[in-house]
Amino acid sequence: MVARRLRMVYLLAILAFLYAPIIVLIVYSFNAAETRAVWGGWSLKWYAELFRNKGIMDALSVTLSVAALATIASLTLGTLAAIGMHSMRGGMRQVFVQVTNLPMMMPDIVTGISLMVLFIFAKAPRGYGTMLLAHITFDVPYVIFSVLPRLRRMNKHLYEAALDLGASPSVALRRVILPEIMPGMVTGALLAFTMSLDDFVISYFTSVRTANLSVLIYSMTRRKVPPTVNALSAIMFVVVLTLLLIQNLREARAEKSKPKGVRSL
Amino acid sequence: MKRSSFAAPYGIWMLVFTIVPVFIIVYYAFTMGGAVTLDNFRLFLEPEFIGILTFSLWLAFLCTLLCLLFGYPCALFLANRDMRRATLFVVLFVIPMWMNFLLRTYAWMTLLEDTGLINRFLEWIGVGRRRLMYTENAVLFGLVYNFLPFMIFPIYSVLVRSDRNLEEAAQDLGANAWLVFLRVTLPLSLPGVVSGVSMVFMPAVTTFVIPRLLGGGSFMMFGDLIENQFLTTGDWNFGSALSLIMMALIFISLGILHRFNPDAESNGAVW
Amino acid sequence: MRLRVSAILIIAVIMLGAASAALAGGEVNVYNWEDYISEDALALFEEETGITVNYMRFTTNEDMLVQVRADPTNYDVIFPSDYIIERLVSEDLLEELNWENIPNMSYTLDWLRNPSYDPEGRFSAPYMWGTVGILYNTTMVSEPIDSWAAMWDAQYKNNVFMMDSIRDTIGVTLKMLGYSMNERGQEALDAVKDKLIEQKRTGIVKAYQVDETKDKMIAGEAAMGVVWSGDAAYAMGYNEDLAYVVPKEGSNVWVDGMCVPKGARNKGNAEAFIDFMCRPDVALMNFEEIWYCTPNAGAIALLDEETLGDETVFPPQDVVDRCEFFQDIASDITRFNRIWLAVKSAR
Repeated sequence: MVARRLRMVYLLAILAFLYAPIIVLIVYSFNAAETRAVWGGWSLKWYAELFRNKGIMDALSVTLSVAALATIASLTLGTLAAIGMHSMRGGMRQVFVQVTNLPMMMPDIVTGISLMVLFIFAKAPRGYGTMLLAHITFDVPYVIFSVLPRLRRMNKHLYEAALDLGASPSVALRRVILPEIMPGMVTGALLAFTMSLDDFVISYFTSVRTANLSVLIYSMTRRKVPPTVNALSAIMFVVVLTLLLIQNLREARAEKSKPKGVRSL
Repeated sequence: MKRSSFAAPYGIWMLVFTIVPVFIIVYYAFTMGGAVTLDNFRLFLEPEFIGILTFSLWLAFLCTLLCLLFGYPCALFLANRDMRRATLFVVLFVIPMWMNFLLRTYAWMTLLEDTGLINRFLEWIGVGRRRLMYTENAVLFGLVYNFLPFMIFPIYSVLVRSDRNLEEAAQDLGANAWLVFLRVTLPLSLPGVVSGVSMVFMPAVTTFVIPRLLGGGSFMMFGDLIENQFLTTGDWNFGSALSLIMMALIFISLGILHRFNPDAESNGAVW
Repeated sequence: MRLRVSAILIIAVIMLGAASAALAGGEVNVYNWEDYISEDALALFEEETGITVNYMRFTTNEDMLVQVRADPTNYDVIFPSDYIIERLVSEDLLEELNWENIPNMSYTLDWLRNPSYDPEGRFSAPYMWGTVGILYNTTMVSEPIDSWAAMWDAQYKNNVFMMDSIRDTIGVTLKMLGYSMNERGQEALDAVKDKLIEQKRTGIVKAYQVDETKDKMIAGEAAMGVVWSGDAAYAMGYNEDLAYVVPKEGSNVWVDGMCVPKGARNKGNAEAFIDFMCRPDVALMNFEEIWYCTPNAGAIALLDEETLGDETVFPPQDVVDRCEFFQDIASDITRFNRIWLAVKSAR
């Protein structure tokens, strides 16, 4: 009984440590005063101001659209790749698995810098387009590693049976393989989307013209952070909370899956 | 059409956006003004650069140690069968990880600065201001804060899946709680510890943002040095050599960690 | 077949980035310092000309130089300081400006028409000028500050912000030791390195930073910091305890120009932008936002006596006389970099 209490106290203490800064941000988002030094009473004005702030809104739309486009592209590319890799044998398969592992093991800063150098070489103006290409590149492996286990668990004769029964390869793909690997694709897409939302390092190196939220916040922390950013944090917190709840409900329904992949900061 | 050709677009993609960039880095690292040379690596042997590397390794080591120290009990308690509402707690631990880390680190800055909340509290209770920001400890603190969940979850997921009958059997055979932990639970959790360590140590060695924000530009870590070579000094050759050294470091440590992993079935992925 | 589809997909994605920019009637890629323009002036430019401004920011001259060298065609207007303009010219990275497209250049003060860094006035139009000095909090120092030596005074332990900018910080230290800011001798540089490391090891330096200093000084986070004069004027407007001094040993006076990098994609729009920035009412808008000295006689004519008498903003002649311009140090920058790295990594 005592032991259980102590364990609880310990867990709550660690949670307090993890949540302290988030709570500070949320509380101050309702502070009517401009500076953190004074408490000017409760107010929603920073929320109103947030939606009028062009810089933040632009960065938000860049973040969301890059994440969405990168997810779609990496889902397509990755699912096809997983299907292809699954049917490969021996050496070729090893090469593909290793190549897929590479960006996951490479430190973000090296990935970011090598892509930056590539884009400079190609004389591509570093902006929205290059950021998107970079995001697709680091997203695809997540899709592949989410889809591959599903393929492995699938009855491999199903596809051939469909072909034998007269289905064309594309029909067999759509009717037989896709439904089987759908859960893996959804997991992969969610992972890709969140990785892309959260990315700072790679976006920082691959884009000069366009800033996503992380890059914008970084440049703000180096100067003065406007209180609107507190409001933004609070909103993001609520969104994350909702997304996680959805994800958890989904996972609770599906069987226990692997722990979430995390990329370095 | 063979099904394996489905992977062709991806193969081309990775060739262009992963393999070629790495080769460009390799090219720059081994050349200077177009001529092949090892000078870029030789330059790294100068004391200040070795100093930056050892400092990064030391700080990352401390960070990993602290994360393990504070994170292991968390994972253990979360996986405990007596734990009520375990899922709720797990979700609570996950949530902060999904908040933008720059925002969280910025929030710590507002807490730690001289005129920040913590110092105002200290002043109010009569202790007086302390220098909390811009110190080595502040950087370490920021690293631990950001990476702690990456230690908790791998250990937790191994523990929660492990076979509880083993612990019960040990108890039945007369082992006390400590002995059960030392002889059964701890060895069982090792794979989780190994992946936790790699998930904390790697990003901690390579980070450049956290030391810059919390260290006030006074602490140069390996990541900073690389960023500095590419974005401020403009020495791509030396920067590339540093990048390769960092990659080699990471691959070697992953290799070493892999050997410690009793059930090394993973294909090299970091989790 | 798949291969072809994916190839098209890849190309389409690449095009997307380029196309979104080309859609508008015209654009101009501006690469300027952090906190160095009036947002309203940018909006006004877009409104009047219909040209879209892609606005990008940098923190130090050196950061900017790296990016411009990597791909000059990426930028249409850049804002380098004097010695960097010298460097860019010697590396053949600047376009000659067509002054017919920049009639408002006629408002420029005479002494900035043919500056030493661009003697024939071919490559740059001045944007702002100013000095480097010490911004200090009068309630946190024991006596008025008038020397760089104060930044090495042990009583200000953990109370000094240094500048995270290589030439500025090394220059300031050279001055403190009695050298010229452009001294490159190894003996002097070794002394500078020792001094800076000593300052760091004794815990006097609180942080090395650039744009953060002004707001942290307003908040009272430190007793003093190395700043550019405009940042000082800005901060003093928010906290009346703050004061600015150009130390007696002398300091740096600088001019930031507007230039067009070689091969810029929108040279015409770039010149329109530069001309717009030289228009007296626009120069005034910028001046009132960032508080550096404007080189624009038209804007100065619009100022009142009190502003003109502000010695932080408009340094009196004797202050300017004890200051010097940075010169391009060419390949010696490698030695400066090593010193700076040694300082930054010292513990």
